[in-house]
Amino acid sequence: MKTLFAVAAALTVVVGNAHAQSTLDAVVKKGYVQCGVNGGAVAGFSAPDSQGVWKGLDVDLCRAVAAAVFGDANKVRYTGLTAQQRFTALQSGEVDILSRNTTWTITRDTSLGLNFVGVNFYDGQGFMVPANFRAKGAKPAAKADAKGAARTGITSAKQLNGATVCVQPGTTTELNLSDYFRANGMTFKPVVIETLPEVLNAYFSGRCDVFTTDVSGLVSSRASRAPKPEEHIILPEVISKEPLGPAVRHGDDRWFDIVKWSLFATIEAEEMGLSSKNIDQQAGSKDPAVQRFVGATGDIGKMLGLDNKWAFNIIKQVGNYGESYDTHLKPLGFTRGLNNLWTKGGLMYAPPIR
Amino acid sequence: MKRDWIYQAALLAAAGLVFWFFVSNTAQNLETRKIASGFGFLWREAGFEIGETGAIAFSAADSYLRALGIGLWNTFRVAAIGVVFATLLGALVGLSRLSPNWLLAKLAAAYVEVIRNVPLLVQLFFWYAVIAENLPDPGEALQPLAGVFLSNRGIAFPTPWSTPVLSGFNFTGGAVLSPEFAALLVGLVTYTAAFIGEIVRAGVLSVGRGQVDAAYSIGLTRRSALRFVVLPLALRLIVPPLTSQYLNLAKNSSLAVAIGYPDLVSIANTTMNQTGQAIEGVAIIMAVFLTISLSISAFMNWYNQRVALKGVRQ
Repeated sequence: MKTLFAVAAALTVVVGNAHAQSTLDAVVKKGYVQCGVNGGAVAGFSAPDSQGVWKGLDVDLCRAVAAAVFGDANKVRYTGLTAQQRFTALQSGEVDILSRNTTWTITRDTSLGLNFVGVNFYDGQGFMVPANFRAKGAKPAAKADAKGAARTGITSAKQLNGATVCVQPGTTTELNLSDYFRANGMTFKPVVIETLPEVLNAYFSGRCDVFTTDVSGLVSSRASRAPKPEEHIILPEVISKEPLGPAVRHGDDRWFDIVKWSLFATIEAEEMGLSSKNIDQQAGSKDPAVQRFVGATGDIGKMLGLDNKWAFNIIKQVGNYGESYDTHLKPLGFTRGLNNLWTKGGLMYAPPIR
Repeated sequence: MKRDWIYQAALLAAAGLVFWFFVSNTAQNLETRKIASGFGFLWREAGFEIGETGAIAFSAADSYLRALGIGLWNTFRVAAIGVVFATLLGALVGLSRLSPNWLLAKLAAAYVEVIRNVPLLVQLFFWYAVIAENLPDPGEALQPLAGVFLSNRGIAFPTPWSTPVLSGFNFTGGAVLSPEFAALLVGLVTYTAAFIGEIVRAGVLSVGRGQVDAAYSIGLTRRSALRFVVLPLALRLIVPPLTSQYLNLAKNSSLAVAIGYPDLVSIANTTMNQTGQAIEGVAIIMAVFLTISLSISAFMNWYNQRVALKGVRQ
């Protein structure tokens, strides 16, 4: 099925003409933003709720762009994409924004015909193992200790020599995994399964000793998919830098600016103390920075080719970065960590909006 | 006559023009979008491991070309073994359905109807779940024979030069048949055998009653009649559709990606994603499957001519 998609998407590249029209014009004309999100339903980042409405941090970025462009955060349509489909979908014009927990790397930024606009989640790759390898109703006693000593009480990734590791294909994850084991002189057997539900099934059924992906994915999967979340632990080693961020097609600077500053606006608003709850009231504030932000003075919106209330609409309808984080990720057990504001010990830092 | 020739030339020119349009347009679009192209990536370091390499050495430091070669080998192994077993099982099912034994015939009929009416992908998930969920962890591996270990890591069995030993997480030494390989093989064999069974049954039923009676009348036993009269005649009708089933089996093996068997498509997927060169990757997959399919066809055509009636114009 994914191969079919790859062929179809490749064909779009083959047949379609280079987009002469700007993305903003095209988006305005069709009346909505087409947003590529994670089709594997990663709770907290992009997953449909019980009503079928997409929710999550990555989804909020798309909603923010829609709010900035149309003044209506709901003018978004979503395309669920697998790891393999995502770049082709963006390249071929299937989606206007790729907001699908995608790691920003130099290879992707330079050779895939796309541009990353920034980082909406600082992540790193980690490992999840059963807290107690004997937990699966098996005999826990002496035999296990005699024969399978290495299989009990894993506390560090350095103890994983010889392990079978479940991993999804086509991501930086596979490469980091190989690099880490090579660097530490260890071996492993990968079991590479494409879709998240299937790879998790394999791990939870005991086919693999370890499941690896970004720590955010581990936390999210453990909270939303594990039969018994308390039976799985995430090892302390974080073996890579995974700055996850939205990307747009290469060569359309106007659209690039819009998506980039929509992201920055949510971060800047949190720093300025503007939220969906107080923005109406704050709009009347005499603080010149707030005045500029809500579009009461200056013409920042016009510089982007948008309505002057673009940032006001984002915060009013979607909320600031911290609100999105608290709504979608906090309930799953995420702490802010690196994703806190720079003023609070994290890395979230927006250039000034002025 | 001359007009015919002109039409042919015009058709060829039109096809050439369409092809040229696709190629040049693609190249231009890739260029405008700054997407890398070409096959140079094949010689770069792959950087990923492959879970199952079929006794060929592979490490993350090897090239994409070698990785794809391993994928091709994995596809080839499962397809070749699958074809053999599917033929045997299919013949068994087809003949059973014709058996005078009522229970055997009905069981064979039920098998055919159930298996061929459930999508193969669902069956693969089923077999994979059965194998991975029901077998114990390596620590409590079953030992059906001395030195053979059955666990959710697969079947580890001794080879003349090494025996499997549990060390740490898994068995080392010996040879291993992985659950992914087993699930894919069982799925492909049982699925294809249902179709082959029907082909065999049709072939046998097509042999004229008169010819069978003639065989009995010269004193052949039921078994001898089947072997010397019915099957040689039936084979002529069985071979052409059988070829299609072999082709299907080879192509269906690409569903491996769903259950984690590192076949060519699975490895090409990873390659495409790491290099971003989807067009080249898809081209490789298409070229390989075309080669495999044409080879099977060529072989089966040769075999078909061998079993066909001699001296009769086709």
